[in-house]
Amino acid sequence: MRPETKGAGTSMDEEPILSVNNLAVSFDTYQGEVQAVRGASWHLWKGETIAIVGESGCGKTVSIQTVLGTNPKGVGRVKSGEILFHGENLLEKTEKEMRAYQGNKMSIIFQDPFTYLNPTMTVGDQIIENYRQHRKATRKEAESRVLEIMRLINMPSPEKNMRRYPHQLSGGMRQRIMIAIAIICGPEILFADEPTTALDVTIQAQVIDLMNELRAKLNTAIVLITHDMGVVANMADRIYVMYAGKIVEHGTADEIFKGSAHPYTKGLLGSVPRVDRKTDKDLYSIRGSPPDLIAPPPGCAFAARCRYAMNICVKTEPEPVNLGDSGHFSACWLNHPAFIRKASEKQGTEARHG
Amino acid sequence: MGNDKLLEIQDLKVFYRLDAGVLKAVNGLSLAITKGTTTGLVGESGCGKTTLGKSILRLHKPDEGRILFKGRDIWTLDRKERKQFHKEVQMIFQDPYASLDPLCVVSDIIAEGMDIHGLYSGSERRNRVLELLRLVGLNEGHANRFSHEFSGGQRQRIGIARALAVEPELIVCDEPISALDVSIQAQIVNLIKQLQKKMNLSLLFITHDLSMVRHISDQIAVMYLGSLMELAPSDSLYETSYHPYTKALLSAIPVADPEVERGRKRILLAGDVPSPINLGEGCGFSARCAYASEICVSIRPELREREPGHFVACHNVDIINQ
Repeated sequence: MRPETKGAGTSMDEEPILSVNNLAVSFDTYQGEVQAVRGASWHLWKGETIAIVGESGCGKTVSIQTVLGTNPKGVGRVKSGEILFHGENLLEKTEKEMRAYQGNKMSIIFQDPFTYLNPTMTVGDQIIENYRQHRKATRKEAESRVLEIMRLINMPSPEKNMRRYPHQLSGGMRQRIMIAIAIICGPEILFADEPTTALDVTIQAQVIDLMNELRAKLNTAIVLITHDMGVVANMADRIYVMYAGKIVEHGTADEIFKGSAHPYTKGLLGSVPRVDRKTDKDLYSIRGSPPDLIAPPPGCAFAARCRYAMNICVKTEPEPVNLGDSGHFSACWLNHPAFIRKASEKQGTEARHG
Repeated sequence: MGNDKLLEIQDLKVFYRLDAGVLKAVNGLSLAITKGTTTGLVGESGCGKTTLGKSILRLHKPDEGRILFKGRDIWTLDRKERKQFHKEVQMIFQDPYASLDPLCVVSDIIAEGMDIHGLYSGSERRNRVLELLRLVGLNEGHANRFSHEFSGGQRQRIGIARALAVEPELIVCDEPISALDVSIQAQIVNLIKQLQKKMNLSLLFITHDLSMVRHISDQIAVMYLGSLMELAPSDSLYETSYHPYTKALLSAIPVADPEVERGRKRILLAGDVPSPINLGEGCGFSARCAYASEICVSIRPELREREPGHFVACHNVDIINQ
């Protein structure tokens, strides 16, 4: 197991509250076995925010669905690995046992709040439903708890709004309701699957601020899943970069944004234009598209799109290489000690000859 | 801005009449697009961007105002001129999955416009399709495939090839990248930018992505509830924006750099965009504006030139930018 340091505000000696070790999940389809997650490990400490970053189809959503036990049985198949929540392996739990965790100790907010809210129930009732599922409370007690939560999420006129239906609320308000449902039982982990992608920028800014505020107030750990590097820069302490079902780089936010080592991470960061900078050059773009996970390539999955790819990249898969002691690692042959040695030797001889 | 205005929108109003009242999707908007330049149109969802784009394509009849293409009102064209107009103005759509016919092979999708306008036939038509495929970064082997065999980025390339097939002068790009993954977005934006330069196209690039639009546009129009708040050359807008809405919008975009983010002050707008149904007389932004005064609620501000080429529609612009 790789030792990873934690984000700001957490102490080193604690155990992570969630450890995902070498998780592999496949889907059996008519075309063959789609290897959505292919041995990914990541860890979460109390009260920190981590981000899992990657493009669609890289396995980020499947990973957290598996943690939450919401992967439909018989479709998704866990091939290997363990998911330890306070030392207990969640993969060994039955569906019924998992229900005590879902929405209680762990909860999730989704990208599109309109699809996930029930159109026939008032939003207040939907928040109450989750609360009474896990806590013994009369309706009256639950209602006062809902009002408390509504105030916590800065909902304007909570008494009025809790009696409304989802279609009467705007997108930003609906996302607040989703957050209220997720946090009413005081979860230890809040999963956020593209929480702001469907929102306008001004509303996105409100939701980011709200989530950062809640994390500070409630000390809830957040697992943020997104492809928007700007949102990541605003929220995450640590970042896992995922590509084709594997974690290809990990580091603190500063390490990833200032000194990313993996060509894929560099490409992701380079392909986003910065609003605070002017460029006349073309955007850095990663050529091609992600590999087919029915038949993943034998070597590095990124090799076919990588402009630095070498012979070894196509043949042999690179192991994660630690960069320093902070837990920053990158799974790329360019970071391998043998390659760096060879490259510096070559540079040395060139310097001598030149 | 010069005299060679390819497209001129004059005080355009497009209303939808609903049971709940009148929705003023475009409410007195004026904008000109110069030949060979890219205009970025930004705004939040529901601000009327797409309605404006469709109006330019002659898909919505304006309630008031005019749209001039090459100096002619597009609603006074006769049948023959109309056909020519539709050849010269093309569109690239947001959703590359919904905008390609699943029953047609790629070569037929691309050639449909050429067939309608009788541009090429026989081997010439075939060669032109292959040339277009290469131009957008696909290869000849793709010509006989169906659209479901392609990824989102490749489909968007097909959509671009289709728009280019009839040699248009103006292309309306309605959120052409928002359905794509980040690494693919950059590919498509680079491609559109290169083609624009190469073929001297004029583009209207509709988007909500303010960082992407800076990268591609010569001038940027900021839209809110059916009217323009600010219109300026691209760099001028990002360096000094005058309108409080533009300021808030720019500050709301997260920058992919934690260090910059820690030092940045964000202007948070309270609440949501108000409903555009039965909108009042005043400035559309007044309900969320920190500087709103009495005049803002009663009279709609006109776009006024503050610097050469930089227009702002705000009553209190001088007070705000002291």
